[in-house]
Order: sequence, then C-alpha cells, then structure tokens
Amino acid sequence: MAYAAGVDVGSTQTKAVIVDEDRNIVGRSLLDTGANVVKAAESAYVSALEAGDIEEREVEFVVGTGYGRYRVTFGNTQVTEISCHGRGAVHLFPNTRTVLDMGGQDTKAISVTADGEISDFCMNDKCAAGTGRFLGAAAAALGLSLSDLGPISLKSERPIKISTTCTVFAESEVLAWIGKGKKIEDILWGVHMSIASRSVALMRRVGIADEVTFTGGVSLNVGMVKALGERLEKQLNISEDCHYMGALGAALFAHDHVVAGRAPTRHGAGVTS
Amino acid sequence: MKTVMSTTTATTNIVGRGNQEGAALFRDWFAELDTTAASGGQAAYVFVMGSINEILKSFDLPVVFPEINSLQTAVRRVAHEYLEEAEDHGYSPDICGYVKADVAVQLRGGEHPMGRIPRPSLSVLTNACNTYIKWAEIWERMYRTPMFTIDIPGTRQAGTQTWAGDSDFEADRKYVEVQLRELIALCEQVTGRKFDVDKFREVLGYANVMSRSWSRILELNRSTPSLFNALTDGTIFMGVANGFRGTEAGARYFERLVEEMEYKAANGIGTSIEEKYRLLFVGVPCYPIFRRFNELFTDWGGTFVNSTYLWFASGGTNRGFEYDLSNPLSSLAEGVLVSVRQAMDAMFHQNEVLVDMVRDFSADGVIYHPIKSCRTVSTGLADGRRFLTEKHGIPSLFIESDMMDRRVVSEAQMKNRVDAFFEGLGSRWRQAAAETKG
Repeated sequence: MAYAAGVDVGSTQTKAVIVDEDRNIVGRSLLDTGANVVKAAESAYVSALEAGDIEEREVEFVVGTGYGRYRVTFGNTQVTEISCHGRGAVHLFPNTRTVLDMGGQDTKAISVTADGEISDFCMNDKCAAGTGRFLGAAAAALGLSLSDLGPISLKSERPIKISTTCTVFAESEVLAWIGKGKKIEDILWGVHMSIASRSVALMRRVGIADEVTFTGGVSLNVGMVKALGERLEKQLNISEDCHYMGALGAALFAHDHVVAGRAPTRHGAGVTS
Repeated sequence: MKTVMSTTTATTNIVGRGNQEGAALFRDWFAELDTTAASGGQAAYVFVMGSINEILKSFDLPVVFPEINSLQTAVRRVAHEYLEEAEDHGYSPDICGYVKADVAVQLRGGEHPMGRIPRPSLSVLTNACNTYIKWAEIWERMYRTPMFTIDIPGTRQAGTQTWAGDSDFEADRKYVEVQLRELIALCEQVTGRKFDVDKFREVLGYANVMSRSWSRILELNRSTPSLFNALTDGTIFMGVANGFRGTEAGARYFERLVEEMEYKAANGIGTSIEEKYRLLFVGVPCYPIFRRFNELFTDWGGTFVNSTYLWFASGGTNRGFEYDLSNPLSSLAEGVLVSVRQAMDAMFHQNEVLVDMVRDFSADGVIYHPIKSCRTVSTGLADGRRFLTEKHGIPSLFIESDMMDRRVVSEAQMKNRVDAFFEGLGSRWRQAAAETKG
C-alpha cells in the first residue's frame, strides 16, 4: 500500500494526516506546537503513523503546510495552508465553494473551485482581532478552558454586544462586563457574535457561496458554529476532521504526487528510527 | 570570434548601465545637498506629485524631496530610529511615516544617512495630498520660510475628465497658470534673481526629453521577457526622474536608458530571473524590506512589469506629456494639470487603466499593496481589486504593510499570502492547459 502524508504546523497546534491510495484518512494526530517546531512536526507525523499502524517506509510523499511548513524537515515539498484548507474542504464536502478557516492567530476566507483550487482568499491583517486568540484571551480572563466557551455561550438569554475584538484588550473588556454584573454566558455569546461578524465581513470580500465549510481549531466550538450560522443565515459544513483540514489537504497534495509518479524513493526519512 | 567579443563588450557596457548611472546620479544629488547645507545655501522643498521642478531649476535652486529622504532611511534600515524620535517628540504612530522621518531629520539639523539635508528657503506643494499641506506647515513654523501651495482642480466623477481645448480644461489651465506666475514672483523674491524665460525654456526642453524617454521605456517593458523590474529597477529610475527633472544630466540619463532598454529588447535580455509570471504592482513599495519583498515574488519566477508607483511617483511623467516651448508657462500649467491630476482624480479612474495595462503588458496578476501610513494611496484599493477580480477575472493579491514602519511589516504573514497567490496562479495555468488539451 502506498500512503501519502500531510503535516500542518500551525501557530498553536500541529496536525498530521495520512491517506491511503483511495484518499481515505487512515491515521491522524494532533499536538501542541510548542517552542520546538521541528520536533512537533516529527512527533505529529510519528503519532499519525502509529495511529494508522503504518510503517514510515510505506509513506511515499509528505507535504508540509502551516506557518512552520519549512520546518517539516522530512517533507518533500511545502504548500500553504490556504491551498490545503481549500483542497481538504472540497474533498470532504464536494459542493463547498467558500471556506472559513479560523485558527489560533489568523482567520482566512477562501473561495474555491469544484476541484478544490483557490480562486481567491482573504485574511485578517496586522492583528489577531477576530481570531481564535481572542477566544483564548477571553477564556483566560474568565478562568475557563477553551472547550467550555462554546457550550456556556449557548446558554445565553440576554446577550450583550461586545464592541472590541482586540486581543490585547480582551481581558479588560470581559472584566468590565463582569464588573457591570453581566452573566458569563451573555458575555461569551457577545464575544462569539463579535468574532462571527468580523469573519463574515472577511468572507464577503471573497464572496459567500451557497455551501460554506468551517475549518480550523475553532470549528470545534459549538458557539462559534451557531454564531456564524446566525450571521450567515445558513448551516455550515462541519465535521470532526475540520480541525485537521490543513493536514488533510496537504496529504491530498502529497497523494497527487504519488499518483503522478513524482514521489521520490523515500524508504523512510528516519523520523521513526 | 571578433563579433562575439564585440557583442560581449556591448552587453557589458549597456546592460545594467541605467542602474549604475542612476545610483551615481543619486549620490551626486545628495552630495550637492550636503554641500548646500554646509555652505548655508538655498534649497527648495518639493514633493513627487507636482514638484514644479521646471520653475525651481530655472532659478538653479537645489531641490529636496523629503519623501525620498524618508524612504531612503527605510531602505537603509534606520527608519525606526527616525520614526521613534518623531514619536518621542509627540507625533502619533498613526501619522504618515514619511512625515515623521522628515521631522526627525529636521530635529537632527538635517542629519541623514546620505548626507546633510539643507534647510528650506521655500517649500512648493500641490493639494495632491492633504498631508503635504500639513507637512509644509511644519517647516513654515520651524524655519519661518514661505510655503507655496498650488491648488490643482481634480475630477471627481469617472469618465468626466477633460483635456486641452475643452472649455473646462482651459479654465483650469488659466487657474493653474496664474498660480505659477505667483510662484515665479516668490522665487524671484527668495533668490533675488530675475526670472529668465530662455533658461526656463531650456529646462522645459530637458524635461521633454525625460518625459518622452520615460514613456518609451515603460512601453518597451511590454517585451517578453520584461526588460526591467518595475519595483526595484523602476525605483532607481524614479529617483533620477524626480531629482534631475529639467536638467541636462537627467535628460541624458533617460536617453541612455532608452538605448539600454532598446538594446535589451532587441537581444531578448530580461531581468536577472527566469520570468514565469508577469505582475503589476499597485501602491507604494515596502521599503523596510525592499529587497526581500521583491524576492518573495521573484523566488516564484514573478517579476513586476509595470506599477502605478511609476506613474504617480514620477509626477505623472509616464504620460509622456511634452511642453510647447513657444508658450512655456501656459504649457507648464497644462502639464501640471495633466500629470498631478492623476493623483487628484476619482480613485476609480485607475481601475479601467489597470485593466488595459493587464492586457498591454500580458500580466498574469495584480499585486495590491495598501499601506498603513498613507490612506491617500490606499483608500479604494480593495474596491479596485474587487472590480478586477469580479468583472474581469484577473487574479490579484492584497497584502497590507507599510512603506516606512517595520513594526507593521510581518514577512512571515506576507510570504504565506504570496505563496498561496502563486499556488493559485499555478493551478489556474494547469487547468487552462488541461482544458486546451481536452
């Protein structure tokens, strides 16, 4: 069996996905990136191999993606996560024409073709406002874990309007609302709606198609899924693999190389030795 | 064997000559300014959009372009020192980086990486940029020297521009001409010299050679491969176009540059990279990482074949407007209107021009570079980009940073966007090739 792999080294987390000849996901892993980016890429790759019970020598091509794509030292080539998220989203949801990727430090709106090729994209510039980082800062201010935010926000009955999504001011903004006696769930729903509004504005710049797929780590947040759905007035495509979309897209690009016969003889890059 | 040797010699002598001679002239210019500063001589402060160099040179006034001084601090990687000094003095981080770097130069008594900058004896500006006016007011207050603002009428509505012969245009021409006469009177007062119309005609003649040549050079870059990189080489040419406009040295430089480009075109000699993608640039260059910014594109085989910067930073010389020497002042008024108005007119005029430029230069994509420091040139770029993409399907990339402030320049973020843009272009090409085959 000839496998292909994608390793997505993000600012917060590193993901690896391995696909088989039929482009089915057979192994995947996720871990915090930390300070040693090279090590994170290797560890994620090894974990994905183990998860799929695959020998390293069976993997014929590896594509690195994400901000740390050039630190995937055992990879054969690099592709940006913008292209990878587009490719992965159309693979999982073939009618996808718009992708929203919300990660730790940036949010990307991507317009894709039926083949998963990028026709346009747009990203937040200069600051992390409206990205997952703001949710992290809000969670820290409230003493909650990231996974708690979405479910708690859904309990909101009297949502408040958050005026800023500046990550630097997130803590003081949240604490100011607590000081005014507002409930945590109402504050959190306001946070989610504020980020959703910024994201929808970003998506408008590339065009919002009928079918939208939500990818990246924040796609696991049920509150954000609901907030975006309300803003867009439509249901978004979501799957548990959406968090791995960058790595999946990278693995699919790697698979292209295998099919095209461009795969070099790897016989293992020594990552598992 | 003999032929081969002579061709080699010709190539050695001509190719790259424009960059070398341009750099040498640039150094000469700043050496002159340094000497002027040391002797306490007179100098005029002007701006790239509507410098009115033609009148100032007829009075032999050395010209200082504070915008160019400022961008030089960024290219030489010391802009942050100047920006921080101005901010320490009370200027907000949101104010134009060019202004702040210049304020620091003034606070340092003219100290600049390329030599000492003389104080202004007068400043000449147009209303092409609102900041110009505030900026000149700073010098006026610091040095108690006159500032002269020329009010240029712009056109607000797309498709309503008028040209010579039209009654609206002729009224505008008279309005500008009267102001130019007032400027001449001010120059006479400041320099203590009488205006010499013959000298003025000579200056205009040199400016005509430069305009004609520059227009030709831009046209020649339609060649495949392109002959020069509009972003990097083009910026060198711009330095000469501004500092030496209306001088014999400037005229000769551009004539020789035409010669170089025609030689390159005839011999199929392009830039230093193997050209794969032809790009247009919209905006102001990213001077804090000038070389690296360009490499983000050349690494993929992308080269800039033209740029809106080469229009407005050449003061509109790209139009190739030539003065009528028999009617010099009226003709200068027309030239100023035609060139400066490019920066004054509705920002949406540019969109159609860009569509034509994509066609004429066989461009594969357009790179928009809005900058934090300058809303004047950045406003409307997002709309322009949408117009190009939605109406004409022209691939484009939008990357924001700054022309001066490295604190808002993130190379990693830029690279991500640039790489994704080229990946998209590559897939378009593959799809097009597959469709052609199929």
